[in-house]
This record gives sequence, C-alpha cells and structure tokens, in this order.
Amino acid sequence: MNPTNYLVLSIILFSIGAAGVLIRRNALVAFMSVELMLNAGNLAFVTFARMHGNLDGQIVAFFVMVVAAAEVVVGLAIIVTIFRTRRSASVDDASLLKL
Amino acid sequence: MGEAALFWIMAPIAVLGALGLVFSRKAVHGALSLAATMISLALFYIAQEAPFLGVVQIVVYTGAIMMLFLFVIMLIGIDSSDSRVETIRGQRVAATLAVTGVVLLLAGVTIRATLPEEPAGLAQATPDGNVPAIADAIFGTYVWAFEVVAALLITAAVGAMTLTHRERIVAKATQRELSIKRFSEGAPGDAAGLPVPGVYARHNAVDTPALLPDGTPSEDSVNRVLVARGAARSTDEFRHHPTPADIEAAAEGDADEPAGEPGPDDDASGGERA
Repeated sequence: MNPTNYLVLSIILFSIGAAGVLIRRNALVAFMSVELMLNAGNLAFVTFARMHGNLDGQIVAFFVMVVAAAEVVVGLAIIVTIFRTRRSASVDDASLLKL
Repeated sequence: MGEAALFWIMAPIAVLGALGLVFSRKAVHGALSLAATMISLALFYIAQEAPFLGVVQIVVYTGAIMMLFLFVIMLIGIDSSDSRVETIRGQRVAATLAVTGVVLLLAGVTIRATLPEEPAGLAQATPDGNVPAIADAIFGTYVWAFEVVAALLITAAVGAMTLTHRERIVAKATQRELSIKRFSEGAPGDAAGLPVPGVYARHNAVDTPALLPDGTPSEDSVNRVLVARGAARSTDEFRHHPTPADIEAAAEGDADEPAGEPGPDDDASGGERA
C-alpha cells in the first residue's frame, strides 16, 4: 500500500487537533487536542521510518511519547490548580497569568 | 492487501474519533473518542513494522494518559461543558481560516515531495527484529537523550506534586479537640457523633437516611454534599406510616406497647415497603 495514505491521515488528524485547540475553550478538551496533534506527528514519524527504511523515526516517536507523558502530568496539575482557585476549567477564566 | 483493508477500516474510525473530540459538548465523550483514535493509531503502528511503538501507544496513551484525563475530568466535574457563546468575536471564523491554511501548507508539502510508491521497509535496518534494534538505538546512539528524558520525567513528577500540594495553614484538629468542641458548643445530642446512613433490604447506599429508633428518618445521617446536589432520597419515603391493620395488631398483641409505635423490625420493613 502506498505509504502516502498514512501521511494524509496524519495531516487530517493534525489539522483536526489544531482546530480543537483554537476553537474549544474547555482547558481539558484543548489539552486533549494537543495530544491528538502529537499523535498525528508520531504517525508521520513512523510512516517516514518505514518509507525510508531507517529506524530513527521510530526512536523519535518514542521520545515524543515520553515527553508527552511528562507534559500531561504537569499540564493536568496546572488545570487542577486553576480549577481549585477559580472553580472553572475554561481557558477564558485564566486570563490574568496568576492564580 | 490486508494492510489496505486495515487502513481503510481504521482510518475513518480515527478521523471520526478526532472529530468527536472537537465537536462533543462534554469532555468525557471527547476523551473516549480520543481513546478510540489512539487505539486505531496503535494498530497503524503495528501494521507499519513498529510493534514496540504500537504496544507503547496502547499502554502509555490509552492506558495511562487517557485514564489520567478521565480522572481529572471526574475531579473537575463530569458535566463541565463549554458555553456556546463566543467570547472573542470572529474566533471560530479565524480558527477555521488558520486550520485551512495549515491543511493547505501540509498538503502542498506532501504533494510536491517525491515520495516512494512502495515503502523501503525496515528489514535491512532491523535484522534481529524490531525490539532489539530499538534497544540498540536507545541505549547506544540516543543514550544521552534517554538520560535527559529520565530527568525530565522525574522533574515532571516533582512539579505535579508541588503544583497540587496545599500547605496547611492551621494545625489539623485532633480527635480530643474535636470532642471538647462538640461538648462545649454543640447540642448534647451531637456529642456522640452523627448517625450513619440507612441500610434497608433494597437500599444500603449513602443516599438513604437512617431511621431512628422511634421510626423517624434522620436527616443528619445523609452526607450534606449529597443533599446539596439533590442526590439524596427524600426522608419522607422512609417514614413509617402505620396502616390500620398495624394499629389493630399492636393493640391486640401487647397492651404495654403504644399503638402504632414500631419496633426496630418494623422500621426495616417500613422502609422496605415505602
């Protein structure tokens, strides 16, 4: 099968994720959209690794997953902290750059 | 052939899951549809000669990260949903334009690039199989990045603990202090503590009030958070309403016992009947 199909799927998922970040104002949904964009990038990495017969793409995808896990931990902690003080998970309410 | 079938079945599911994330009103539905997308991506990894990444995708993303999201959604309130009102005028139009731009850019790059019709495959790069080759790369070429990522993970864990930690401003009251406080300022009836919620033949949940020895339901036995949310059952439902037959039976049975006054067994059956 032509590996370009995977690239097209990756583009579609990345764009949907970008739209989610820009449109949704629930902090959790926006954050999940970021995860979707990271996943789309990973799919492109894996596809390129197979396309060119080079394993480095898979290694990079692996590191992206690890960094995404660290990012989720800190991001969710920030969302919980903001929710505690403001009783809201909307990104509009956290506009003062302080708690 | 098998890979094409897999792709054309799972790719629509992945796209539908992504769309479900963006367009679902509730965060829970979005999280579940994103989990569907991630599982289909794991299948694509496995189909593309990356079995290790496919398993890691399922374990780390759908197993750990999405469940972490679900936990936080439950913590924040499962019915927290967006308002439909736009706070910035023209935000959706601008966002749609920007996303169209991204699509055009990425599609243009993909169309103009010279991509091979058939993938080269990883057979030459990984003669001993996928996992040994990845282990070689991670602990060989990329060992420095691996160490840095380990430090990053530890930092993230410490950061999360620091962010969610709350410093106690006043010392926690001990049991002795609480007891003295109850006696000094509360009614004497409160000194023994509050009654526990009711246990009946059909209800033993925290939302049902306990029946006191005289047959009246105790509103104090239900958690006040449940009462505030309106999730507690009405105490009226569990009040004992003696029927004429009960009164007659009580009058015929024991003259010492006042008519209509139920014993502990009657309480349970009264709650059950209600």
